[in-house]
Amino acid sequence: MAFSNLTDKINHVFAKLKNKGALSELEIKQAMREIRVALLEADVNITVAKDFIARVGERATGENILKSLTPGQQVIKIVNDELIELLGSQQSKIGVASRLPTVIMMCGLQGAGKTTMCGKLGRFLAKQGKKPLVVACDIYRPAAINQLEIVSSKANVGFFQMGTINPTKIAKGAIDYANKNGYDTVILDTAGRLHVNTELMQELQDIKKNIDITEILLVVDAMTGQDAVTVAKAFDDSLGITGVIITKLDGDTRGGAVLSIKAVTNKPIKLTGVGEKIDDLEPFYPDRIANRILGMGDVLTLIEKAEQTFSQEQARTLAKKIKESTFDLNDFLVQMESVGKMGNLGDMVGMIPGASKLKLGDAKLDEGMVARNKAIIYSMTRKERENSKLLNYSRRKRIAQGSGTSVQDVNKVVKQYEQTKEMMKRFGKKGAKLPF
Amino acid sequence: MGLFSKIKEGLKKTKQSIGFAFAQLFKKGVFGEDFYDELESILLSADVGSATTQTIIEQLREDMTRDKISSADKANQYLKEVLLANLYDEQLELTTPSVILIVGVNGVGKTTTIGKLAHNYVKQGKSVLVGGADTFRAAAGEQLDVWCSRAGVRLIKHEEGSDPASVVYDAIASAKSKNTDIVIIDTAGRLHNKKNLMEELKKINRIIEREYPQAQQVNLLVLDATTGQNAVSQVEIFDQAISIDGIVLTKLDGTAKGGVVFAIAGEKELPVYFVGVGEGIDDLMPFDAQEFVEGVI
Repeated sequence: MAFSNLTDKINHVFAKLKNKGALSELEIKQAMREIRVALLEADVNITVAKDFIARVGERATGENILKSLTPGQQVIKIVNDELIELLGSQQSKIGVASRLPTVIMMCGLQGAGKTTMCGKLGRFLAKQGKKPLVVACDIYRPAAINQLEIVSSKANVGFFQMGTINPTKIAKGAIDYANKNGYDTVILDTAGRLHVNTELMQELQDIKKNIDITEILLVVDAMTGQDAVTVAKAFDDSLGITGVIITKLDGDTRGGAVLSIKAVTNKPIKLTGVGEKIDDLEPFYPDRIANRILGMGDVLTLIEKAEQTFSQEQARTLAKKIKESTFDLNDFLVQMESVGKMGNLGDMVGMIPGASKLKLGDAKLDEGMVARNKAIIYSMTRKERENSKLLNYSRRKRIAQGSGTSVQDVNKVVKQYEQTKEMMKRFGKKGAKLPF
Repeated sequence: MGLFSKIKEGLKKTKQSIGFAFAQLFKKGVFGEDFYDELESILLSADVGSATTQTIIEQLREDMTRDKISSADKANQYLKEVLLANLYDEQLELTTPSVILIVGVNGVGKTTTIGKLAHNYVKQGKSVLVGGADTFRAAAGEQLDVWCSRAGVRLIKHEEGSDPASVVYDAIASAKSKNTDIVIIDTAGRLHNKKNLMEELKKINRIIEREYPQAQQVNLLVLDATTGQNAVSQVEIFDQAISIDGIVLTKLDGTAKGGVVFAIAGEKELPVYFVGVGEGIDDLMPFDAQEFVEGVI
């Protein structure tokens, strides 16, 4: 992708600032231009992007980012905050009808992934203790009924079909069947259709008119481009959708369509399809989409957390120590504690762009280890903490006993400390900024 | 209905949505910043993409300034020329025997395209055999079955969950023994970032190369016109895996314009061979760059 990291671009725009100490209007404009390109490359609809930029621009000028030392990051933060707000920060669940069964109608363009999603949703609800029945209302696509039947058996949920008769009749039949057989949730799979096909849109309206439907969910391919708003608006205008399901989010798409749809319909994104398997269905995480759109990992969260836990004062002392190469085990302890405060280590590594969760599996960063390491350092004398060279075998044995660990564990901590010290030396030499 | 009117009809809805604003601009006959801004919006709305849009606009600006264009007709002509220059206009020349391998991400319309494609070649008097190598998706075989009987062509398929490579192997063997002109291979939809699925595709590709070297092999990537900039990534990665020869752009009968093919053409010399404009068996047309460009603006 031409645009892999918006933070870099924005920082580049503001790079000159260090010497000047104030942002010009032109620089803000340039920054907004970069954000606009990022949004467009992510397939955010152009009108939505324009509105969005206007809002961000306003906030960026209004807030005190001009005097900030890190205007680039501040702007990114505003963009990110606004994105998440627009995407909807609250998770929206699938509704339940007051009079059962709950009826959920799936609709969307051809190839969005409705049939597969019916199976996944059935499975998802079954795991929550519901008894779902999936219903074949796609009477056009060859073998669509077959496909749904296979998918439903994989999902281990009920299946209902009446061949290729009128879909409203099928839906009615399904509700009767559900009532008689104890199904509390009915999921209607409908044929894929173009929003401009009035005849087929009428078919869905007929179903809606004749049946009490709790949820009308628009299923949208995450890879959709500019047309997403036209499609979503047409379906919403015609049917009054209650929510959106995004499919194929396991691809490498930036997923800007999600933002566009939310902005245009203001209907919640309820679920996301994230894989080929029947269990690959997740709740919607707006922050993840925001970061995808901007083309970066959850760097911001990391920055924020780091800011909260590592005070400026501590940072300054640490920087000094690195320069003077006097980073000792006491400092190592402080560092470890602040990492602890940042929360789950696994989550943290996941926030670093490029660090995949898969790789993490091998690394096994568990909190118990952090606690153990802290205990080991606490069991050292002040002199030992200041000078690790003192740590001979008998001292290590004493520390192991004191901390309830083994000598090997103590060795590991000392080794880790030495590695960290070595790493920091290199940081110091390069004059690079620490990640804390 | 002729080819021309059919594709035109498919693209008509497209035109209505943005054509108006642009026509207004032309009427004004002033080609300043407003004009280029509006043009930018139009191209971006058509999924042409940010970078390619800039390239196109710069080219047009240069040409128009150089030749001091001030009439609406001339401007329109220049714009079309620039757009055409940013596409590959080339028809698929098929020699027999040949194997057409159909690939793409999930839900782009591969199976439907195969039905239409088979029908298209049958109409031209060719014998066609379809190999159903999508053994993954539920009922993919049944769906293909329906299309093959509509087109009146033979289908080789195995059970769901079986090895797709063996289907390809059998299809080629059968085509050889019966002197079939064209073999069309359906494959499972796969997201291009799934490593193992792309490996599977490479294997299928290798089998065709190895088992049927005397046949012309054409690897077609099916793209959904509704897709945004991710299509560029799809082309790139599928091409890396099995070397794509051309594109089929489907679902052009909606309101999406498929402008991402400009962005694709900017990166790779890949022609669009066919466009899909509906769900009927005749709704597959050879790509016509001229008409496509008119659809976009």
